[in-house]
Amino acid sequence: MNGTTVVAPRAAWSAVVREHETLTITDLHGNQAVDFLVYDAHDTAIRYSAPDTIQAQGTIFLTTGSVLLSNEHTPLMTVLRDDVGRHDTLGGACSKESNTLRYGHHTWSQHACVDNFLAEGAKYGLGKRDLVSNINWYMNVPVEADGTLGIVDGISAPGLSLTLRADRDVLVLVSNCPQINNPCNGFDPTAVEMTIEAAP
Amino acid sequence: MPTATTHGARAHARSQHGATAEAMPTVPATAWPNPPCEAGHLVWAETVAGGNYTHRVLARGTELRLTDVQGDACAHLLLYADTRPWERLNTADTVKVQWNAYATEGTVLLSDQGRALATLTADTSGRHDTLCGTSTLARNTSRYGDGTPHSPTPAGRELLKLAAAKNGLDPRDLPPSVSFFQGVRVTGTGALEFTGSAGPGTSVTLRTEQDVTVLLANVPHPLDPREEYTSTPLEVLAWKAAPTTPADPLWTATPETHRAYLNTAEFLTAKGRA
Repeated sequence: MNGTTVVAPRAAWSAVVREHETLTITDLHGNQAVDFLVYDAHDTAIRYSAPDTIQAQGTIFLTTGSVLLSNEHTPLMTVLRDDVGRHDTLGGACSKESNTLRYGHHTWSQHACVDNFLAEGAKYGLGKRDLVSNINWYMNVPVEADGTLGIVDGISAPGLSLTLRADRDVLVLVSNCPQINNPCNGFDPTAVEMTIEAAP
Repeated sequence: MPTATTHGARAHARSQHGATAEAMPTVPATAWPNPPCEAGHLVWAETVAGGNYTHRVLARGTELRLTDVQGDACAHLLLYADTRPWERLNTADTVKVQWNAYATEGTVLLSDQGRALATLTADTSGRHDTLCGTSTLARNTSRYGDGTPHSPTPAGRELLKLAAAKNGLDPRDLPPSVSFFQGVRVTGTGALEFTGSAGPGTSVTLRTEQDVTVLLANVPHPLDPREEYTSTPLEVLAWKAAPTTPADPLWTATPETHRAYLNTAEFLTAKGRA
C-alpha cells in the first residue's frame, strides 16, 4: 500500500509494509516521540527485539544503517536515511500503569501508548503478550556513566524525517505518543506523517 | 547388570537412586548443606549446568539467591505473575521508571502493570545487564556452529522457550530478559562495553513481591567475546522469607519504587492475599 497518512497527535496507526518498500516517518512539528513496533507480517511471533538489535549493532542508539532485528536475530527493517542521528531503544512505551510509578496516581486517566498498541494490535489478533520493548523514534534517552537514564529534550526539529526499508513483509504498529509529562514530545503531542513508497 | 528383561532393566534403573552429579537439584531442598537461612526454610536448591536451564514457581516473600560458583555463569532471568502470566517482567519499565540502566541492590524488577515482581536485596557482583537480552539460535549457530538445546552450545532463547513451554507459555510469552554475572556498560556515545564477570563466588539475591514463575537459562552472555562457548555452573537457592514491608528502608527508597510497592500491596489486598 503506497501513500501518505498524517497521524494525529495521540493516535495509533498501522500498516503492512511489503519487502523492499520504504516507510518514511516525518516529525512534522519537531520532538514528537513515535512509539514503534514491527512484526513479521506472516508470523507475528517473530517481532522486533530491542535486545537483539542493541547487541548486534553494539550501541543503544538507532540511526542510518541500523538494522532492526527480530527476537530470532533476523532482519525486519533497515534505517536507510536519518536526519536526526539518534533514536531510543531503551525507554519502551508509556502506560497508564507505569505512569503511576513515574509521575503519580493523578496520571491514571491520561492517554498512554500501551493502550494505542493494544487497540491497534487487536485489529491483527495481537494481544498483550505481543507487546515488547519498542523503538521510540525521535526520543532522546542518554545513559550517564553511573547508569542514570532518562528522557530529555529532543534533538529533532520540524520536518526532519527518517526512512526505513522493509527487509521482509512486515506489520508496523505506531503509537504517536500522547505523553504530556516528559520532554519526549515537548509536553505537547503533535502530528507525524507516514509515507509508504515502492522500492527505490 | 543384565537389562535384557523388564526385571533386569528395572533393577538397573533403580540402582541409580542416590547417584549424584555436579549439576542437579537437591530434593528435598532442605538436604542442601550449609543453608544460608534458618534450617528447614530452603524450598529450592539446585546447581544448574553451564548451557542448561531451570524453572520454578516461588511464593511471595521468598528469597532467591543466585551464585556464580566458578566465575563464568550468566543467569538469564524472566519473571511472570504466577497464574496470570500476561503480567510479566518489563525491562524497559524497570530501567526507565527507576532512572537507571544498571540493576543492583535496591533495584526492583517491575512488571508491565506498574507493580513489583521482585526486589534485588543483595549484590556482591555488580556485573549485570538489563539491555542485551539473551542469545538466539541464529547468533549461536553463527558464532559457535550450533545453538539448539541439545548441542554443546545452546542458545538462551531456545532454553527459555522450553522453560516457558513447561509452564504453559509459548515463544510469544518471552519478553526481553535480564541477566546476572556478566556486565554491560553504555559509553558516552551509546556504545556497549562488555565488562564480563566479577569473578567466582559472587551472588545476587532477589526477594519475590508476588507469587512468581521463574525461568532461568545459564548460557554465555551474547556479548561475551571469547571464541569458546564458556559457561560454568549456576547455584540456585531459595528460602521462605518475607516480602518487602513498610518497615523496610527499601519501601520508601525512591518515590517510583515506593509507588510500585503500594500498587503491589493494593493489588494483593484486593485479592485477599495481604
